[in-house]
Amino acid sequence: MDLTFSQEQDELRKVVRSFLAKHSDEAAVRRLAADTRGHDPVVWRRMAGEIGLQGLAVPEEYGGSGSSYADLGIVFEEAGRALLCGPYFATVALAAEALLRCDDEQARCDLLPGIASGETIATLALTEDSGRWDEPGIRLAAHDTPGGWRLTGAKTYVPDGHLADLLLVAARTPTGVSLFVVDADAHGLTRTPLPTLDQTRKQARLEFGGTPARLLGAQGAAWPALERTLATASVLLAAEQVGAAAAALEAAADYARIRVQYGRPIGSFQGIKHKCADMLVEIESARSAVYAGLWALDGRDDAEIGLAAALAQAFCSEAFTRVAGDTIQVHGGIGFTWEHPAHLYLKRAKSSEVLLGTPSYHRELLAARLGI
Amino acid sequence: MELDFGPAVRDFRDELRDWLADHLVGEFAAHRGVGGPTDGAAWEVRLAWDRELARGHWLGVSWPREYGGRGLGLLEEIVFEYEYARANAPYRATGNALDLLGPLLLKMGAEEQKKRFLPPVLAVEELWGQGFSEPGAGSDLASVRTRAERDGEAWVVSGQKVWTSFGVHADWLYVLARTDPDSARHRGLTMLLLPTDQPGVEIRPIRNLAGQDEFAEVFLSDARTGADMVVGEAGQGWRTAMAALGIERGATLLPQQLTFEREAEALLDLARERGALDDPMLRRRIIDAWISVRIMRTTNLRTLAELTAGRTPGAQATTAKLYASTRHQQLGHLAQELAGPAGQIVGEDYGLDTRQRSFLLSLAETIYGGSSEIQRTIIGEQVLGLPKEPRP
Ligand SMILES: Cc1cc2nc3c(=O)[nH]c(=O)nc-3n(C[C@H](O)[C@H](O)[C@H](O)COP(=O)(O)OP(=O)(O)OC[C@H]3O[C@@H](n4cnc5c(N)ncnc54)[C@H](O)[C@@H]3O)c2cc1C
Repeated sequence: MDLTFSQEQDELRKVVRSFLAKHSDEAAVRRLAADTRGHDPVVWRRMAGEIGLQGLAVPEEYGGSGSSYADLGIVFEEAGRALLCGPYFATVALAAEALLRCDDEQARCDLLPGIASGETIATLALTEDSGRWDEPGIRLAAHDTPGGWRLTGAKTYVPDGHLADLLLVAARTPTGVSLFVVDADAHGLTRTPLPTLDQTRKQARLEFGGTPARLLGAQGAAWPALERTLATASVLLAAEQVGAAAAALEAAADYARIRVQYGRPIGSFQGIKHKCADMLVEIESARSAVYAGLWALDGRDDAEIGLAAALAQAFCSEAFTRVAGDTIQVHGGIGFTWEHPAHLYLKRAKSSEVLLGTPSYHRELLAARLGI
Repeated sequence: MELDFGPAVRDFRDELRDWLADHLVGEFAAHRGVGGPTDGAAWEVRLAWDRELARGHWLGVSWPREYGGRGLGLLEEIVFEYEYARANAPYRATGNALDLLGPLLLKMGAEEQKKRFLPPVLAVEELWGQGFSEPGAGSDLASVRTRAERDGEAWVVSGQKVWTSFGVHADWLYVLARTDPDSARHRGLTMLLLPTDQPGVEIRPIRNLAGQDEFAEVFLSDARTGADMVVGEAGQGWRTAMAALGIERGATLLPQQLTFEREAEALLDLARERGALDDPMLRRRIIDAWISVRIMRTTNLRTLAELTAGRTPGAQATTAKLYASTRHQQLGHLAQELAGPAGQIVGEDYGLDTRQRSFLLSLAETIYGGSSEIQRTIIGEQVLGLPKEPRP
């Protein structure tokens, strides 16, 4: 992408933005936020059917359109702007990516076309009660039985785990971390939606009681693929964060232009103007972190991807949180109400901040990758 | 940072690399990385190096041939700055003329002015200083009081300028003066080119906090310059000044970027050496310093990519200075802290090492070229469209 966008990419942004303006406006976001499942199947189908968002970056041989990560980044930025609810992140940034990275061609051929066409909702179940995103955090046990692999234990904080038709589950076998596929209706699987602080992003707890599972790739060899998946998801989440932060700032600046106190618009006071300027500095800097990440992903340079992804999460999480907090501040009392959308951004910022590990965790990932 | 600008500029790049390998030797090589936009260190060596570059025909890569440039495009200019920075050649002493005055004349100068002034800039025969700020006109540049009046075929200029970078070396100044005595603020200003070698011009160095006589104050008493020395139109000096300040720094940010990257690497080395990485508070600041420099890199590359693609740079071009200056200062503070008591010891005659000098000089980065506060106002008003402050 050369760090600037082409006309086709500008066009893609426009199309996605106008689609989401129609289907993920504030009313839609609030409706889905209030709903336990938080998913609109009609919009989901149209996303796939009309603009092909689920399959955008899935290679053509698996039914997708084989676009770049830069393109996908644009979509996530727009999804963030619109606070899109539903399983897009779980399906595309986590599950599809994990399938692409794991060493199992058959599984890719079996499972990716369904994702690309919008038929399948999928997610990656990685975290457990410890809330850890690293390799030692994966404790769920998988047993090799004469009838095939069986999972016993629990996963939790699984993004859209209650909705997914297809669960990719990271589990521990005698030789290490392995990745499994579990069907939503598999025997012995219990799924419990978790009420969330950020109602625009749903989570579930999954309990496995000897649940049958299909092993993906070689036993014990899944961690590198998962690590890469998390790196990709980190960059895409950062894109979402930047998009949402930009929308929050727009709301703050709009308000600062019209709200009058002391006989003049509050945006004419330096205390407010300079705060808004600092928000933009955060956002543009965060945007640079995202674009560097997308650039690295499209360049397929593993070392660079690892650095850029950790950097993007370390920086963009805090940037979004700060911008969302300042947006409430600029709005004053009205920004503190349930009715005003400002809190939706703040809560999305707080859930994003921990979704793939905290900023401190990503700083440490970065440090490790830098060799310090 | 490794960048490849493609096959079209490979010959150009190779020619430059070969030239640098042959010429960046001896005394010049001993001054690798020395200098900065407001750093007067090793002035004589750096000036000699600029002349060496001029002899190699490397200055003004994208300036038209008729004025002594190479007549190449923005891409070659970027390649030049990038290779230059990679080689860590001394920071050019003539930056003011090359990055500001030259582009300003190319944009707004009369044909005669371009012919007269650009070739000696590229030959490093005439050095320039910027005479905008005054004791009473800093951020509020529109309140300049220096006066210029017509006397036949000459302008006669009186007043005081201050903070003129490398002023003591300047052969010429570009001066913002009030030519309509009844005018106020932005109206009635004129941009004049003024020779310093005359009785009416007195330039006194001002010592900066790093102990260098880098900038200067300029006293003008009936200083004279020709009637044809107006850039743009008489009375339209504000427009000319804004054009000068608005010159997109694009490619010329690359050497500074690479300097920052080297400083970030040096910071990591220092941290390792001092065992600072085990301290969680320091560790966090060290990683954040590294992150900042990486972000500056991408921000610069975004702007360059947009410029080369013929697009108008996005908002990041406006936020970049505020971010970079603030974060670079933090990096300097941290480096000094990590250096510990040894970092407090200076050489003879307040001789500073690179780290000390870079840290101290970084304090100016949030002041010149529009202070951070002014940057925030510009971002708020021009990018975010927030209302202006009412004038008292
Ligand atoms: C190293 C260095 C090199 C320089 N080189 C040159 C040169 O070559 N040529 C030249 O002409 N000038 C040069 N300058 C001058 C520079 O442009 C001015 O210092 C700058 O414009 C600020 O003006 P000032 O110093 O008068 O500070 P002031 O304008 O008095 O500002 C003092 C403080 O008040 C703040 N402030 C001012 N106005 C406002 C406002 N409206 N709202 C909020 N805060 C405000 C400022 O941000 C600053 O923090 C140089 C300065 C430095 C430090």
